[in-house]
Amino acid sequence: MILSSHFNYWIVIVLMMIGFFIVISHGNLVKKLMGLSIFQTSVFILYISMGKVAGGTAPILDEAYSVYSNPLPHVLILTAIVVGIATTALGLALVVRINEAYGSIEEGDIEMQDCDKLDKENANK
Amino acid sequence: MSAHLPILQVILPLLAAPTCLLLGRTQLLWMFTCGVSALCAVISFQLLHTVHTSGDIIYSLGGWSAPVGIEYRIDSLNAFVLLLVTSLSTVVLCAAKQSIAKEVPESRQLYFYVAFLLCLAGLLGILCTGDAFNVFVFLEISSLSTYTLIALGRDRRALWASYQYLIMGTIGATFILIGIGLLYMITGTLNMRDLAQRLPDVEQAHTLYTGFAFFIVGVCLKLALFPLHLWLPNAYAYAPSIVTAFLAATATKVAVYVLIRFIFNVFGFDFSLSQFPLPQIWLALGIIGVFAASIVAMSQHNIKRLFAFSSVAQIGYIIMGLSLGTAAGVQAALLHVFNHALMKGAIFLAIAGLCYRLGAATMNEFKGLGKQMPWTMAAIVAGGLSLIGVPLTVGFISKWYLVLAFIEKGWWMIVPFIVIGSLLAVVYVWRLVECAYFQEADSKREAGEAPLSILLPTWILVFANIYFGVQPQFTVHATSIATLGLFGATP
Repeated sequence: MILSSHFNYWIVIVLMMIGFFIVISHGNLVKKLMGLSIFQTSVFILYISMGKVAGGTAPILDEAYSVYSNPLPHVLILTAIVVGIATTALGLALVVRINEAYGSIEEGDIEMQDCDKLDKENANK
Repeated sequence: MSAHLPILQVILPLLAAPTCLLLGRTQLLWMFTCGVSALCAVISFQLLHTVHTSGDIIYSLGGWSAPVGIEYRIDSLNAFVLLLVTSLSTVVLCAAKQSIAKEVPESRQLYFYVAFLLCLAGLLGILCTGDAFNVFVFLEISSLSTYTLIALGRDRRALWASYQYLIMGTIGATFILIGIGLLYMITGTLNMRDLAQRLPDVEQAHTLYTGFAFFIVGVCLKLALFPLHLWLPNAYAYAPSIVTAFLAATATKVAVYVLIRFIFNVFGFDFSLSQFPLPQIWLALGIIGVFAASIVAMSQHNIKRLFAFSSVAQIGYIIMGLSLGTAAGVQAALLHVFNHALMKGAIFLAIAGLCYRLGAATMNEFKGLGKQMPWTMAAIVAGGLSLIGVPLTVGFISKWYLVLAFIEKGWWMIVPFIVIGSLLAVVYVWRLVECAYFQEADSKREAGEAPLSILLPTWILVFANIYFGVQPQFTVHATSIATLGLFGATP
């Protein structure tokens, strides 16, 4: 019963873990950002679903409706969505510039190039 | 007018940032940014004075009072940190013009000033607000502008460092968001005071524990507690020198403030430090952090990276102070927050001077610098002495209070660790001194003294290091009032 009545939380947890796993396991910088987006989206769903009241409508001031969902978490998450978009945009912009500078968007390649450069610097000593 | 000071503090840099786009010339931009930051410093000084004489200031945004609207609450704790952040940002900005002109291409200098002001607005917002969700929003404002600032570095590794910080910082901020969301689910409020009142009666203990854990881990990522510090060394090493000085002096300090504020004023002292094994975890991580970071710092070739690792070690001391959970421990932590900002500000500004003349700051470049750039080197050495904790410097004051706090609590065994940790600092500072004063410069390079506009702010901070080391009354007084406020407010 718990499984079905709290299914929104299960979705949140599954999405969160998928996103987090992608961030950790993938070497491609764009894929990492996508994982980060999924991770953030899961938190948005957590907030949105917590404000839902069963059988409630949108918060409209009208005598016909007495039960309505809590609008506050929804408003809060609008802010967080904007923040999320800004983060993704900035991240993608960084990836573009990393690609220009390194010629690659694979984590392994970039770290290899940095290591080579560090070795050269130390060799010049 | 004076009633609106708490919000003006945040609004000023926030509005000044887009205004920058209208000012074309760099000279004008720099003067404008300096002016805004100085104005914020004056306001925060006024706020601290008001708080000390007539108590907490409560400001309701838009006239909507607390449960409905967002309130800003200035007490002795955040007024103190506000003064620290605004005054250091002003000093750092004074040195910014020439250093930025050298390190950032002309076309991108505008973005530096805009992002700097936004970052300042974010940090001040975190400090002023009394609303939990607002903390998250301002945290993201400051973080996003920090990523931009770091990416302005000349080296392409700055981009990679910025990207890594973006990934880790966003995970940390999202953890904080989850924590705040869970707290809202069980209490129905986001106001910190209301949260503090309702949390003790909460029955859903599991949700509370989960929220607490998410929040603490998120903040610890932001303040670079070992082992969550991985983003910090590269970010500090490859960002423009001025940005490094600003971040090292303010950003992690504000995260420490968030931690203290939530532990004491939201979750409550009893809950956070006795129901959780948090003190033990913090003490262990603090000690390991001090040792591991100091040892890694010894082998660094890049001087900015060296001092970045030393910053991680200093965070270890601050967390050790907090882990005591006594008034003395928290006071020591707060003192170290202030003092560490002074030392790292001085050191990184001096390094900005070095980078201005030499283009890079590696061990190699340091050879013979004692003769070529005596004033800049002297500033680094003074900052280094302070970092070690030599008497007559601020470093001594905070280490002294930390040791006293441990003795008062009866944890004698920890004291030798603090002393050995300081000795490790001797090793990495000595490497620099040896290189600069006892080795000859290998090439025939003509390196004069750093320009006065960088040297002067550096030495202002060095004098602050010595002044507050000889006359610690102001800092000790301000931190003891702040600590009293924290422990008095705990139910």
